[in-house]
Amino acid sequence: MHRTRPFDHLILILGALFLMLPVLVAFTTSTHTAAEIHSRGLQILPGDNFAGTYGTVLTHKGGFTGQVTGLRMLMNSMILGLGFAVGKIALSMMAAYALVYFRFRHATLLFWMIFTTLLLPLEVRIVPSFQVMAELGLINTYPGLIVPLLASATGTFYFRQFFKSVPDELLEASRIDGAGPLKFFFDILVPLSRTMMAAMFIIMFVYGWNQYLWPMLMTTDEGMFTLMRGIKSILQVWVGSQIPDYNLAFALAVLAMVPPVAVVVIFQRWFIKGLTESDK
Amino acid sequence: MAEITDTTALRGLFRRRTARPAAAPEPAKRVQFDRPLLPWIFIAPQLMVVAIFFYWPSVQAVTSSFYIEDPFGFGATFVGFDNYRDALGSAEYHRVARFTAVFTLAVTALSLGLGLLLAVKADAVIRGASAYKTLLIAVYAIAPPVAGLIGMMFFDMHIGPFVTLASWLGWDMQVGIDYFDTAFAMIAVAVWKQIPYNFIFFLSGLQSVPVSVREAAVIDCRNGWRRFRTVTLPLLAPTAFFLLIINITYALFDTFGIIDVMLKDKPANNPVTLVYKVYNDGFRGNDIGGSSAQSVILMLVVFALTILQFRVLEKRIHYS
Repeated sequence: MHRTRPFDHLILILGALFLMLPVLVAFTTSTHTAAEIHSRGLQILPGDNFAGTYGTVLTHKGGFTGQVTGLRMLMNSMILGLGFAVGKIALSMMAAYALVYFRFRHATLLFWMIFTTLLLPLEVRIVPSFQVMAELGLINTYPGLIVPLLASATGTFYFRQFFKSVPDELLEASRIDGAGPLKFFFDILVPLSRTMMAAMFIIMFVYGWNQYLWPMLMTTDEGMFTLMRGIKSILQVWVGSQIPDYNLAFALAVLAMVPPVAVVVIFQRWFIKGLTESDK
Repeated sequence: MAEITDTTALRGLFRRRTARPAAAPEPAKRVQFDRPLLPWIFIAPQLMVVAIFFYWPSVQAVTSSFYIEDPFGFGATFVGFDNYRDALGSAEYHRVARFTAVFTLAVTALSLGLGLLLAVKADAVIRGASAYKTLLIAVYAIAPPVAGLIGMMFFDMHIGPFVTLASWLGWDMQVGIDYFDTAFAMIAVAVWKQIPYNFIFFLSGLQSVPVSVREAAVIDCRNGWRRFRTVTLPLLAPTAFFLLIINITYALFDTFGIIDVMLKDKPANNPVTLVYKVYNDGFRGNDIGGSSAQSVILMLVVFALTILQFRVLEKRIHYS
């Protein structure tokens, strides 16, 4: 139908270069020493300091803040990403199940209470949210890091849409067979939602892993720092140093982007499906 | 990301409302369970999280916006609308609001345009299509602060290749010092980070156009550009409209990480957005009341923007 023209490829190649080159250069530059980068600028070819840079970033405590290693931050980011994704899926599947499959008083009110959260992102209420967390004594804890982020109805909305598209006959049939609400949920609805759960998981993992503002406010103890928080502190150390640790900063950036990028690229099909189709 | 998908959900929400404005929502299913307690147990966790971490702070934001808090924590004084008056009356707030508008406009227009261009081209080629796709979406997963860090290095005055490039053109780029140059770098990074998202949605929009429609269009119209303008673009209108809102939300809120990292904690004379100012006044300036008032203003802006756009624009766009 279409004749492929070299012009199309040219634009795509330029686009791909524009998007991917900075990422590539971030990696190759990180494998040089700080002094090399300082004197010769960013490097497009890999250097020979890979082990040195990444060894320092991952295990050396003085690397950034004096108290926390890259490995520790990697672990914290992983806990945040996984905890958020799992929590979000569990909470929203349950809430959506109640909203779609039960007849009960105040259901409409609850629906609106939950879905109003879609209108206001966390960023506009950070100060009071922080105060609430301080009152509850949740600062520097994993629940404090994860649970407040769950207070948005995205997942609930998706699962609600999905449950509504499940044929009614399924419920009728299982009721005839004597299945109660719990059995129907765990034995039929959950297995049926597997693709949807996978898609949600990818999107939510990336979202949780990439959180910046919230972890920054919630963690003052360096042992709780995530990689995103580490990026902030490496820049604070930066001010006033003779030769900034360019290589370490780039290595930290690489560590912070490899897991989510890998997840998105490997599970591309599910990810795109989850992102674009959940809208129906 | 999920803030972004938030609006996806909203689209359905508002469609529901405009379809049946007054009628009570009909039950989601023809058959439903009728248990008194069980639905409450299922919905309780979500409800608790929403109540504690959404409603409580939101109410607090509104309340503390009417008070001036003692900086040492000894109580607060009720001041009515003073915080709002101070915020809206200050020249600095106006400057920040103006920059936020320009920033949002530039980021939205550029990332939508480039995303669409790449999607149209990726839809047209056959050879290497999936490789291009992978390369073009990978950046989606990169966090704003990481994008900011990489961007900062590329625009670094000592080692940044873009600064060298600009100097060849006679442009003495000083990101972090010069207002315009910093704004330029921030916009470039914000656009870079957002292109993949728009690309994904435009491509999936393009690929859902039925083959018969495409073939008919090719027969009717030989000119590629005209075909794009008169057939493809109208079919993409719903996607584009949806992305418009997403991109505005992104530029207003999600770019915080980019801006915070690129400014390296030195807002000084540099351009910042309204969200950055809320954060800066609240946590660094310790002006809880003023920051809360700004939060509430932002909430109202987001609220109004969402509703206005859905109400007004949805009528004009023809959904196939």
